[in-house]
Amino acid sequence: MAGLTDLTIADAREQLRAKKISARELTQAHVEAMAKAKALNAFITETPDKALAMADAADAALKGGDGGALTGIPIAIKDLFCTEGVLTTAASHILHGFKPPYESTVSANLWKAGAVMLGKTNLDEFAMGSSNTTSHYGPVHNPWRRRGDNRPLVPGGSSGGSAAAVAARIAMGATGTDTGGSIRQPAAFCGLVGLKPTYGRCSRWGIVAFASSLDQAGPMTRTVRDAAIMLGAMASHDPKDSTSVPRPVPNYEASLGKGIKGLKFGIPKEYRLDGMAPEIEKLWQQGIEWLKAAGAEPVEISLPHTKHALPAYYIIAPAEASSNLARYDGVRFGLRVPGDSLDGMYENTRAEGFGAEVRRRVLIGTYVLSAGYYDAYYLKAQRVRSLIARDFTEAYKKCDVILTPTAPSAAFAIGEKADDPIAMYLNDVFTVTVNLAGLPGISVPAGLSADGLPLGLQVIGRAFDEETLFRVGETIEKAANFTAVPPGLNG
Amino acid sequence: MALDKATVARIATLARIKVADQDLDKMVGELQTILSWVEELNAVNTDGVEPMTSVVEVTLPLREDKVSDGGYAPRILANATDPVTVGEGGFFTVPKVVE
Repeated sequence: MAGLTDLTIADAREQLRAKKISARELTQAHVEAMAKAKALNAFITETPDKALAMADAADAALKGGDGGALTGIPIAIKDLFCTEGVLTTAASHILHGFKPPYESTVSANLWKAGAVMLGKTNLDEFAMGSSNTTSHYGPVHNPWRRRGDNRPLVPGGSSGGSAAAVAARIAMGATGTDTGGSIRQPAAFCGLVGLKPTYGRCSRWGIVAFASSLDQAGPMTRTVRDAAIMLGAMASHDPKDSTSVPRPVPNYEASLGKGIKGLKFGIPKEYRLDGMAPEIEKLWQQGIEWLKAAGAEPVEISLPHTKHALPAYYIIAPAEASSNLARYDGVRFGLRVPGDSLDGMYENTRAEGFGAEVRRRVLIGTYVLSAGYYDAYYLKAQRVRSLIARDFTEAYKKCDVILTPTAPSAAFAIGEKADDPIAMYLNDVFTVTVNLAGLPGISVPAGLSADGLPLGLQVIGRAFDEETLFRVGETIEKAANFTAVPPGLNG
Repeated sequence: MALDKATVARIATLARIKVADQDLDKMVGELQTILSWVEELNAVNTDGVEPMTSVVEVTLPLREDKVSDGGYAPRILANATDPVTVGEGGFFTVPKVVE
């Protein structure tokens, strides 16, 4: 029998309800796994005592027969979600010591569903990065290694700690946030399922803001069903987030098992990049064959503005970030570095509190929003963004979903690409369009690279059609039969 | 658009981030690389295209204009450096701004 930490959320839920296991023993097993895996640096704050107390409450609820969707399931929370009374850092020195006096809506929803918090996971500072190397708390190690090569690899980013924790069987699932690919790319790098929901599906209230028009929270899990269970608990309409959409949350799990016969899936020709790794191209082709075999029909589509998505993103996201990060001034919370005047204090605090990548993005954002440049950069990028969204509207006249690779490569070594911000930005080439258009996207593990690292396929859906993404995701999952686990975790 | 040191220094002041003089050259180079890259957008024809303002078609909701949260000043002040306690008035503090 596989150990407690190898269970899926769905299996653990059944065993908890059948009283075959207790929430306490399930949580205890994960707390022990967390203690053993400190070298991964997946967590910024571990909360084992809180976890065990929550597990006891879950056992009491299960005994009374009133468990929720996640009662007794130990999960990890990206340290971008405010958690009441528990240190919340956004992996930035500038939030030094910050203990929020309130709880984010998404995490509150998860606790209401009965989930158990193991701790707060590491991430790129303010979620700015694709490798989890910009964290003030140091890089996260991917539990996977290249075959015959022991160099530590990045878990992807920005939700790198969440991805590492779930892949290493420390947590059964974790929350992520995705502004340009920050759930899907680390999910692909760590062999997980990661879903970025439609913009407005999950409340952003209480999540440290990076780029407000792009940020969206979503689940990271080991199976498609687990992602459906977790999203059902995370999503809600929240009056405290004016962009939260007042639509009922469907029963996502009920969409599973229905197959994809007759579904049309688009293959965007612009996603065939020059110099793309042959194994990525091959995996994509394999995905097409799997969906065809399940009765779906491929359709060639065009997303002609794809190549402009990253440059548009690197105007819009820094612009919004420079505005959102204006609140970190040393006055009300977090780090304060003294200065000889109020402005001096602001400047010293922000110079010391923000890391290099965050400083760079705040400066770019400030520049593109400054007088004389606003029209040329910011408005231009927002016009291009309209064109990118229009590409998808046109494509969805011909297909129901779109199939692409998740990332242009497998996980790379820590330190690679560090000197070239633009090479790093290219990690998000397949995922960023989805954020710009506000659409949902899921990454599903689909195979291994030649040197034994996980690769993911991405399915992009229509707005608020996460249910179809779960159906297609489940089809890929079944066909790929991805059973590989990171070295040292063989059941 | 070619950046120079004076422009980057001005941006840093606007952003209230201290950049030491000896770091300005490096910063000019880094920002110039990114700006040159995003400038390819100039080649996109956007005539008659409206800038995107929202990805979701929702009318911003209105609510009654009344207080729905708050009343816990001590918890808010708990995260501040050197606050004046609620008993003493309840203030954040900053360096002196009026002589």
